Amino acid sequence: MGSNMAECHPVAYRWPMRAKMNGATLIHVDPRFTRTSATCDIHAPIRAGSDIAFLGGLINHVLASDRWNREPFFREYVATYTNAATLIGEEFEDTEDLDGVFSGLMEYRDEGVWDYDAFLGEYDDRSWQYAGRSESPDYSVGRPAETIMSGEVDSDGGFEAMLRAGRPPAPMTDPTLEHPRTVFQLVKRHFSRYTPEMVERVTGCPREKFLAVADAILENSGPDRTTAFAYAVAWTQHTNGVQTIGCCALLQLLLGNFGRPGGGIMALRGHAAIQGSTDVPTLYHSIHGYMSAPSVRKPHETLRSYLAEETPASGYWANKPKFLVSYLKSMYGDAATPENDFGWDWHPKILGDHSHMATFSAMADGKVEGMFCVGQNPATSLNATVEREGLRKLKWLVVKDNWLTETATYWYAAPEVESGEVGAEDIETEVFFFPSTQIAEYDGSFTNTQRMLQWHYKAKDPPGDCRTDTWFYHQLAKRLKAMYADSLLPRDQGIRNLTWDFDPDEPISPPGEPSAEKMLREINGYHTGAPDRHLTGFAELAADGSTTCASWIYCGCYPSPHENLTANRSPDPPGVPGAHLGWGWAWPANRRVLYNRASADPSGRPWSERKRWVWWDESEGRWVGYDVPDFALTKAPGAAADPGGIGLDALSGTDPFIMMSDGKGWLYVAKGLADGPLPTHYEPAESPVRNPIYAGQQSSPVFKFWRRGEADNALASVGDPRYPHVITTYRLTEHYLAGAMSRWLPWLSELQPELFIELGTELAAEKGIDSLDMVRISTPRGSIRARALVTDRIGAMMIDGRRIHHVGMPWHWGWMGLVRGDVVNTLTALVGDPNVSIHEGKAFVCEVEKA
Amino acid sequence: MAEAMGFFTDTTICIGCKACEVACKSWNQLPARDGGAPQLTGLSYDNTAKLDGIHWRHVAFIEQFDQPYDGRWLMMSDVCKHCVQAGCLEVCPTGAIIRTEFDTVVIQSDVCNGCRACIAACPFGVIDVNPVAGTAQKCTLCYDRISEGLEPACSKACPTDSIQFGTVAELRERARGRVRQLHADGQEDAYLYGADPDGPLGGLNAFFLLVDDPHVYGLPREPELPSARLAGSSFFGAVGAAVLAILGVVGLRKRRMDELASEPAVPAEGEP
Repeated sequence: MGSNMAECHPVAYRWPMRAKMNGATLIHVDPRFTRTSATCDIHAPIRAGSDIAFLGGLINHVLASDRWNREPFFREYVATYTNAATLIGEEFEDTEDLDGVFSGLMEYRDEGVWDYDAFLGEYDDRSWQYAGRSESPDYSVGRPAETIMSGEVDSDGGFEAMLRAGRPPAPMTDPTLEHPRTVFQLVKRHFSRYTPEMVERVTGCPREKFLAVADAILENSGPDRTTAFAYAVAWTQHTNGVQTIGCCALLQLLLGNFGRPGGGIMALRGHAAIQGSTDVPTLYHSIHGYMSAPSVRKPHETLRSYLAEETPASGYWANKPKFLVSYLKSMYGDAATPENDFGWDWHPKILGDHSHMATFSAMADGKVEGMFCVGQNPATSLNATVEREGLRKLKWLVVKDNWLTETATYWYAAPEVESGEVGAEDIETEVFFFPSTQIAEYDGSFTNTQRMLQWHYKAKDPPGDCRTDTWFYHQLAKRLKAMYADSLLPRDQGIRNLTWDFDPDEPISPPGEPSAEKMLREINGYHTGAPDRHLTGFAELAADGSTTCASWIYCGCYPSPHENLTANRSPDPPGVPGAHLGWGWAWPANRRVLYNRASADPSGRPWSERKRWVWWDESEGRWVGYDVPDFALTKAPGAAADPGGIGLDALSGTDPFIMMSDGKGWLYVAKGLADGPLPTHYEPAESPVRNPIYAGQQSSPVFKFWRRGEADNALASVGDPRYPHVITTYRLTEHYLAGAMSRWLPWLSELQPELFIELGTELAAEKGIDSLDMVRISTPRGSIRARALVTDRIGAMMIDGRRIHHVGMPWHWGWMGLVRGDVVNTLTALVGDPNVSIHEGKAFVCEVEKA
Repeated sequence: MAEAMGFFTDTTICIGCKACEVACKSWNQLPARDGGAPQLTGLSYDNTAKLDGIHWRHVAFIEQFDQPYDGRWLMMSDVCKHCVQAGCLEVCPTGAIIRTEFDTVVIQSDVCNGCRACIAACPFGVIDVNPVAGTAQKCTLCYDRISEGLEPACSKACPTDSIQFGTVAELRERARGRVRQLHADGQEDAYLYGADPDGPLGGLNAFFLLVDDPHVYGLPREPELPSARLAGSSFFGAVGAAVLAILGVVGLRKRRMDELASEPAVPAEGEP
């Protein structure tokens, strides 16, 4: 679901095809019948934006099913390994009580610091907490900074004592799952509306198809079998995308499909190293290894207050002080000392939402001076008219790419310049273009969707002036450091003290390229002052500055100067069960299945012979198996939690989810989400129908909407007759994203040479449209032209008693390249998910007419 | 001679990614149509449309739907069949088309004179003139790669192993097993096309697993050699010659009559 894996991840789709030949049932739930659907046993069509209704239906069906209630495995897994038994405070009110919203909803508190957060509303999550904790919401993430006593300092930087003092009381539970305030009962009640009839009404999926999917999933879950879900951006790119993934996680926990081979939820990340780009992040809200970016909006004034705010006392994240101090040592080297909070004040802090849409909205208001645009093509991105309005207001722009993309040429070739609406001479942006290398022209590593790092080697020198992206930033950093070397201004001390030691020991061709091995060493970490003594794993990290490590999750991938484990290429022999631990290196600690303690039952024995993975070896007194155990290695299954302990000591031998503060898989998320502790179906920001599940709440009450006035970013009202059809946007195998790597290549461009819209035979007949006719597609943001591709692979669905046509468009085109076409993102809106600010490009409404 | 080598293309696990088309073009340095910017064909996701001199692999897309969302989408990567009895080889006047030590059929571009006889002779419509070379071209089963012990570019690039390369004997064995498996799973329309050495053309060294009539995929049900119609065409040839001879005589006679009548000469219909 939420993925067109055969088309968008064709190389990885090798494995579903292998599974199919081994007898696996493949299911595709999607608004279109795609190349993925073509190879699946079941295709269940659903309306774009209705995934939670479908998943909620599965949850309701599973909990009511005979199999789930009779097979003891499910209840044992859920009662022991999830927070199903945990009691939630009486203050919490569900969407069932409040007609579509949770308790705590309020107006967005605009603090006037940053104008682009764009929340419609905001939740106060105090009422969502575990029973007995609602008075002090910060318990789950440590202790308020002001309660920390100075002098609470020991050999570990004083952080342990701080956490110990902030340890929350153990959650109250009812292992019978009968108490009405247990998470289990709340979940059951919350999803009781999601009947097969309701699923059909909301999603348009025929009841029998939904039931076929539900039965297949139930039959293929249990001690002997597992079900895996794969998703991609068709789940994320919604105003409730995070909740959709959470809804699937909830279902998979109920089915016991986490921590076990063949289970889980596969996030199909983008190509090559998108996973790496969030691990060693290019994200604004996160620093290396998924720690929150320091923010002026949170109590992050000092290192200590940040850690007090961000560190849970129990679970593995209690080690965050070690991760963070080692990271700061990597940033500022010798200049980072305990006396200056390891350079905390030099670290940049965010003001609020600096994501793509927020930044471009600010840019269009003239609030951004310059931009480095490396491997991105925003001139054809979301609500492209607004994005280009932003580009025109920049003073300078650096584009680094393989070709002169639309973003490099917007100032002379964009539609508004061609039409004369904007004069090229009136655009004052200074545009720099740097040609880029291709993958075979440099050493480096990819991190794939399985969190696996794989080293690759340079095959040849790049042509001409093409250089790597690392070359660009390496040279920029060196020049900036030289410029600021003598500055005494406080604000410049960060760049002055930034360590930057990536010049190669031996010259690399072309000259000026940094050493990829030195960068990997910085990320892996080493003993401070002895860069040749690499760290062998994150258990070695310390919070006193004695270790230097840019990204704790990658620690151990390069354990000695002669051992780059990411370059390993030894698969397991055929027919031997194993995790291929000798092929590449996966974070964390080369574990291939996360939370794999859950592959054994509470007593430590495999749930079944067929699904054996990691188990307790009584004679050796430790966890063993095919994989690296994701658990305290010698903690016995029967070990009790230490009520006063911190970190893993606070968890018992039956708490597999060690990154969670209570060691449980969370069916109910008390802390950390902006839009509710349980997933709820909301309509997309634009929809042809009223929300059939909650009449009182159409869309997420807290999604992000960058209001830019009628002309710039207008939304169609519910059921607007001018825009009656549901449209979704997507990618084709033949092209890559905005086309910068495919529309210039004849062998690819000839395979899909023109922009098209896929529409059903019924709508085509209604409108007198034949295949290859030019049609005009309009939304409140703009209109474009494309050729029609009339097909039965998409069509009309019955939604809440109405016949709604569904259409779809790939969005790879622009005005440059060998094959050109209109910019599909002219149609999309600047609306986004409240948790991660991703846009809603997968479900909106439009009109289609013969051009 | 080495063992006969070939392709087994299992269309039931083809995902239509066209990696085979691109890998083939990359290895063999074939140009794109119209500089890479041809028009959309409207034929489902197929924009290269057929095998020809610059498309040595071609993925066909066949949409079979009774109503929206209810049907199937067949995909099949087509290629030269490397027939055991090859029509193209039979008619080539220059000897440019040869049978290699791998029992594959290869056109030697430097010997081909571009006469196009092979194009008409191929029962599958595989061959055409490559406009850059000016000679007839088609899949070589990557003769240059397999001579060095490498797998052909298309099967190497195929992510799902829909295209498999190997000895024909082993591929046939594997293919029969796959058909048995599909039948056991209830997909009873699965069958092999061209895997039978006693079948048409002595079997195809590149054969296919299909799930519908060959015509659906653009393949002939009973492919034939051009020489199979030789007896018939000789008959027509002899009759035709006789007719022409008679017409000629009639014509001459008429001309003489016309001359005698002192009227303008008009060539008779059918005059050679």
